[in-house]
Amino acid sequence: MQDLQRLAASGRVPAPEVMAARARRWGWWYYVEYWLRTAKAWFQSILIYMVGEPLLYLVALGVGLGTLVDNGVGTVDGVPYLVFVAPALLISTVVMSTGGELTYPVMAGFKWDRLYYGPHATPVTPAQIATGHLIGVLIRFVVQSLIFWAIMVAFDAVPRGVLVSALVIPIGVLSAAAFGALLQAYASTLQDEGYQFAFVQRFVIMPMFLFAGTFFPLSAMPVYLHWVGWISPVWHGTQLARQVTYGAVEPAWLTVVHVLFLLALTVVGVLWARRSYTRRMGS
Amino acid sequence: MPPVTSVVPGDPIVVAEDLTKVYGDNRAVDGISFSISQGESFGLLGPNGAGKSTTMRMIGGTLTRTGGTMRVAGLDPAERGPEVRAHLGVVPQQDNLDEELTVRDNLIVYGRYFGLPHSYLRTKADELIEFAQLTEKAKAKTTALSGGMKRRLTIARALVNEPKLLLLDEPTTGLDPQARHVLWDRLFRLKEVGVTLVVTTHFMDEAEQLCDRLIVIDHGRIMAEGSPRALIREHSTREVVEVRFGAQRNAAVVDQLEDVATRLEVLPDRILVYTDDGEAALEEITGRGLNPITSLVRRSSLEDVFLRLTGRTLVD
Amino acid sequence: MSAPSQDRLPATEQPHLRLQSGERPLAALYGRNARSVIERGFKVIARQNWAVLVSGFFEPVLYLLAMGLGLGTLVGEVAGPGGAPIAYTAYIAPALLATSAMNGAIYDSTWNVFFKLRFARVYQAMLQTSLGPMDVAIGEIFMALFRGFLYACGFMVVMLVMGLVTSPWAILMVPVALLIAVGFASIGMAVTSYLKSFQQMDVINFVMLPMFLFSATLYPIEVFPEAIQWFIKAMPLWHGVELMRHLAVGFLSAATIGHALYFVAMTVFGVWFTTIRLRALFLR
Repeated sequence: MQDLQRLAASGRVPAPEVMAARARRWGWWYYVEYWLRTAKAWFQSILIYMVGEPLLYLVALGVGLGTLVDNGVGTVDGVPYLVFVAPALLISTVVMSTGGELTYPVMAGFKWDRLYYGPHATPVTPAQIATGHLIGVLIRFVVQSLIFWAIMVAFDAVPRGVLVSALVIPIGVLSAAAFGALLQAYASTLQDEGYQFAFVQRFVIMPMFLFAGTFFPLSAMPVYLHWVGWISPVWHGTQLARQVTYGAVEPAWLTVVHVLFLLALTVVGVLWARRSYTRRMGS
Repeated sequence: MPPVTSVVPGDPIVVAEDLTKVYGDNRAVDGISFSISQGESFGLLGPNGAGKSTTMRMIGGTLTRTGGTMRVAGLDPAERGPEVRAHLGVVPQQDNLDEELTVRDNLIVYGRYFGLPHSYLRTKADELIEFAQLTEKAKAKTTALSGGMKRRLTIARALVNEPKLLLLDEPTTGLDPQARHVLWDRLFRLKEVGVTLVVTTHFMDEAEQLCDRLIVIDHGRIMAEGSPRALIREHSTREVVEVRFGAQRNAAVVDQLEDVATRLEVLPDRILVYTDDGEAALEEITGRGLNPITSLVRRSSLEDVFLRLTGRTLVD
Repeated sequence: MSAPSQDRLPATEQPHLRLQSGERPLAALYGRNARSVIERGFKVIARQNWAVLVSGFFEPVLYLLAMGLGLGTLVGEVAGPGGAPIAYTAYIAPALLATSAMNGAIYDSTWNVFFKLRFARVYQAMLQTSLGPMDVAIGEIFMALFRGFLYACGFMVVMLVMGLVTSPWAILMVPVALLIAVGFASIGMAVTSYLKSFQQMDVINFVMLPMFLFSATLYPIEVFPEAIQWFIKAMPLWHGVELMRHLAVGFLSAATIGHALYFVAMTVFGVWFTTIRLRALFLR
């Protein structure tokens, strides 16, 4: 027969105060661990996607569509179309992936599967759950950006050099964090069935992909549409990425604006999400 | 639109022979035969995964069987699914109300699936809403209903085509005691007006309350058949004494209880002492200085029948 | 008394495994009441958030504006059907209509069907009644076509306003959008019968995305080696794109008929395929 005495009190568990103190410091990471564990199940299919998507986009839009552009205006921003569009595709695909990772799964956490309520019953706080979920997703984006970058190198689309161009990886992750944290916070405020996500997809994510300087410089659009780029993390991220892959020329102050804009959005998003999670799970 | 065939009075409404459903290696339903008469209230009792729901779905032809024959109202549900289901009202284990529609529209739209005319459905919907005690909620979306309300609406919906045969799969699982009694009352009234009920359940009290006759199923096979009372008489004693001595002592005292009981069942947490006179047996036990931590004398139930037949408890 | 067990039919001869019984073809699958499923669809649309329905129309329009007007400044003119140069916007507009018809049909016949089957249990409720799986399939495909029709009409209006309609034949682009949709929807529903989880749905996206990117939608396929071109030409979307493009400028040839026949054949195959998979899809 099982020794229930030892099961109930083996003496190997630290005091509650000690466990609470650990969770206060590392609770967010416990949630990241949990997220990575569940992500392992999908990792294979995500991996195929993370390799396949850059290949498809670079061949179709870089090489295929590039042929048309090279026959049209010739170079864009002083480089072949493939080189021009590749960093933008990296940024947009990574940012667009937040549309899958930080919408319905957040809804599932609160409502459908109530996955957040498991850790909520432990010393881990709602704010830590919010941050943990975001960081778990960002780890995925590190891998995704890394793979995309490697494929860009293979396509010879990084004239500024392999080493410098590797900076697209942190730029990609930062861009995704800037948009993703806001999206996560917004998703956490929704009580309904989440049809709003279809709107976000169609009226925020899709226009960002199409109009924020990805396929053509902002200057190809009428001035009254430039604001779409200015408010879009995709444009700021893309402009940074272009500097490190092919040395796009920009005034220094603008580069500073790009970085500050992305950082500011991230901070606002994270704070908003932490507050919203705390409020929703506390009530 | 009247169904092509009508039920011949006196004939059984459901006849299943050697019914089998195999999923890969798993024989979910393993050659069971039964027949259900008109107006009868028939139960399928067994633990989760015994094959009850699978059997139910084969009656309606919404699941293809692997082998055996089945006749519902004289028709084979696998060949004439739509016509067979025109005779049926189905209450599935999990509510499947249309969440995109209101309470009232759920009833009307569901009736349209039977090809019933709007003129009939307009008045019918109101009657059913009354039956389900949902008059206040008629215009609400189904997502706004409580568990018990959803269940009542699902049952009301199953009555829209005035079926002769109502299939109820775990009708009260997940409901609180009060909601269960309200539901049982509704079902009882239907039975009184001649509707044939087929009920699956893993609740003893429900089977005892609702069923004239039942089959006990385990691992896809029939273990016993009869009325609840007959089954208890046949497979158990009149009363049971439940005694607890604490995890360490239970095993030790069994030997000293052998001669007190007609039969003993030793469960991990308690010992069941089967006897026709519970109070006397309990007195005898305490008289021997065995002093159980807790004790309870109760009447035998179908739970005991199941334990006897399978060596397992129903809810685990 | 062991005789009875021997009269058991071997599984392959079980009568219910046939698609039809003696009296009426498809009696096991069809309750002749697909209309009620359609009625339910309209009731839902009437109560639904209208903005959701309308928003579906914007996706191809946004593509048209971004790619046509923005990218068009970099590309200039390209060779249209028959070799005559046309504006880049006019080149991609018909392709976007074909793609949108495909996307809508595939979404409705895969994701939507899977969700209603497994999560909302809408079909489970329908199949408790005197409906058969075929009533459900017909009703749902009809609703998908109805939405497709609305979007196609909306897109045509946008094309008219932008001055991209240059031939009276272009009016046929609306029925052709429906033809493309019914072809994809019928195959999509059969494919859904094999799906077991949402994750597998990604596989579908993985077929759709390359089809969109490579089927002469945004640039001619001549940029690719010939072997790849043949592969693309075997895929349905390329035929849809070419067919639309021919109609848009009124350049009709034997090839136009060929492309249309491709979709007719695809629809016939899809309907047959879905019919034999109906049990696997709904009665499991």
